[in-house]
Amino acid sequence: MGVIHGEEMVLNIGPQHPSTHGVLRLKVKTDGEIISEITPVIGYLHRCFEKHCENMTYDQVIPYTDRCDYLAAMANNFGYVVAVEELMELKVPEKVEYIRVIMAEFQRIASHLLALGVYGLDIGAFTPFLFMLRDRERILDMFEMTCGARLLYNYMWVGGVSHDLPKGFVETAFQFLDYFEPQIDEYNKLLTYNKIFVERTADIGVLPADVAISYGVSGPNLRASGVKWDLRRNAPYSIYDKFEFDVCIGDGSKGTLGDCWDRYYVRMLEVKESVKILRQALAQIPKDGDVHQALPKKIRPPKGSIYSRTETPRGDLGFYIESDGSPIPNRVKMRSPAFTALAVLGELAGGWMMSDVISILGSLDIVLGEIDR
Amino acid sequence: MTVDTLFSWLGGLIPAMEGSGILLVISILVPCLALFLVVAVNAIVMVYAERKVAAFMQDRVGPMGQGVGLHAGKWGLLQTVADALKLLTKEDIIPEKADRFLFILAPFVIFIGAFVTIIAVPFGETTIVADFNIGIFYILAMGSFGVIGIILAGWSSNNKWSLYGGMRSAAQIVSYEIPAGLSIIVIIMLTGTLSMQGIIEYQAGGMGNWIIFANPFTFIAFFVYFISVVAETNRTPFDIPEAESELVGGFHTEYSGMRWSFFFLSEYANMLVVSAVAATGFLGGWHSPISGYFDSNGWGIFWMVSKIVFLIFIMMWFRWTFPRLRVDQLMNICWKVFLPVSLINIFGVGIWTLFFG
Repeated sequence: MGVIHGEEMVLNIGPQHPSTHGVLRLKVKTDGEIISEITPVIGYLHRCFEKHCENMTYDQVIPYTDRCDYLAAMANNFGYVVAVEELMELKVPEKVEYIRVIMAEFQRIASHLLALGVYGLDIGAFTPFLFMLRDRERILDMFEMTCGARLLYNYMWVGGVSHDLPKGFVETAFQFLDYFEPQIDEYNKLLTYNKIFVERTADIGVLPADVAISYGVSGPNLRASGVKWDLRRNAPYSIYDKFEFDVCIGDGSKGTLGDCWDRYYVRMLEVKESVKILRQALAQIPKDGDVHQALPKKIRPPKGSIYSRTETPRGDLGFYIESDGSPIPNRVKMRSPAFTALAVLGELAGGWMMSDVISILGSLDIVLGEIDR
Repeated sequence: MTVDTLFSWLGGLIPAMEGSGILLVISILVPCLALFLVVAVNAIVMVYAERKVAAFMQDRVGPMGQGVGLHAGKWGLLQTVADALKLLTKEDIIPEKADRFLFILAPFVIFIGAFVTIIAVPFGETTIVADFNIGIFYILAMGSFGVIGIILAGWSSNNKWSLYGGMRSAAQIVSYEIPAGLSIIVIIMLTGTLSMQGIIEYQAGGMGNWIIFANPFTFIAFFVYFISVVAETNRTPFDIPEAESELVGGFHTEYSGMRWSFFFLSEYANMLVVSAVAATGFLGGWHSPISGYFDSNGWGIFWMVSKIVFLIFIMMWFRWTFPRLRVDQLMNICWKVFLPVSLINIFGVGIWTLFFG
């Protein structure tokens, strides 16, 4: 069958578009419904995060990290404080480590729920989105219980956390987990195995493992391509080596390995694993103990530099911090997992149809706040 | 109340003017106004129903409020009124580069397409504006009129998203007309008439006589028809011409305020019409499900309306449950599944009628 080629048209998806997940512009060359070339144009949210960091003390950087990946602010806090503590060779109390892991895993569930729900919305299913947001709400309630904030927490500080867990937190958390686990089956019934959803996502936007690695893609996007790589397991930080959990990878069961459905499903599996980690952490957390390390008001890490990585819901978040011994960092560089995920979009989306581009973009789960920094 | 009966009734009332043109105009205008009311009330009720159905499916309460005033009334009953007021008072924006004449024309074309079809919809034994002898054919023909408006809207907006929406919609509606039409042929084969009332008369005598249960092929035909018309009305899972997450707003991206609401109004009017045709053609129209019970004229309206409401509810159920298909998958289903199935249906019904009829 011959292919009819028409005149190519340049189309701007965004910066204001319902499915670009933020202020992103995609310059798309199309021939009717078929996309031949796609160029992401970023920078609409650039707010000089790294330059700002060179003008403030180490503690003052933490609220800025909140605003990078605003859907997983706890994880960003975590990444930054782990880096600074590593630079200072500081050991934090065990209780703090537990609290941090609990918060980070709750944040992972919250972030993945939003990613999965919004992905359903991209495909056209409205109801799963609201179901997932309803449950995410309860996690945010617990964050509010703990630190008073629902989105941007500024919770993890160098050497500790801002507040101890409130009374009744552990019980509330267990109650939530008991409620939440059956909900995952409901999501699966409603969306994951829906015939139309599978048709729309399986075999679409296949990301082979070698391409993923060469672009530096990480997190669920990489694992969906079948690479068993998770910093929590492969380069454990904090106390992740104490917990039993599986590193979930895509298996291409609905289509090809590394397609949109795999990327979606890996997130769903990771939510289950986070529940597993949470159950262990909540059971083991020490009852007493201080949640602050005694530190001087102005932190002065020794001269030197550090590159430290943590596994956020979106992947491998790296912080490079250079200290000259003063209370103000000489240089802070953030390696954003969403940035690499967006970089691979051009590779993935060529040749697909208009609707598939939205589907592929959604499956990468990018956050523009983190890409533009 | 047909035009003819109204005409002769008015003639009897004012003998001096019997048969005059003025009375004819009046007896046409009165039912048309009544129909306009039906369309408007239908839209108001359905917007509210859709909000509530969506809310309950999504574990929400939907529009709520207490008392009158600035709130949306008890149970949010005034929500649609508030919506309508908002739409009426909104700024009417026509893009500078748009084709002004066509841009203004498009919503009316769509609305007329949806509106005129209701003329032939029977709501009861005598409650019909005009019982044409080609009623069902007329509805099919006028129903596809709306697509012209959608293409006009898509083209005249001078916006790439609108163009995408318009083109997708044209392809979709034209394609799905075919299986829908072929399924209607099944009804015509059985009843031997194109008149809507004639089709309903044929199904008198309880559920067993409804065309949907006449034989296995008509049973399939009902589902082919229903799914095709869901596609024709651009509802999820076939809402690719509007596809919010892809095409922003599709063919009505550039429309605002009252002009936009005409698209909305006609979408709901279309849903009403296609459900009415499905109820008439397959589900016994205004006949009661149980022969001889509740089968008087007043009950006729009740049965017809409840059948329509049931089908519309199913459409809403679809919308809040399913994701959206892709444009090529949509075409595949139409040409590779529905078309062959509906052709087989026609043969099947013919053979079935020959041997068992």
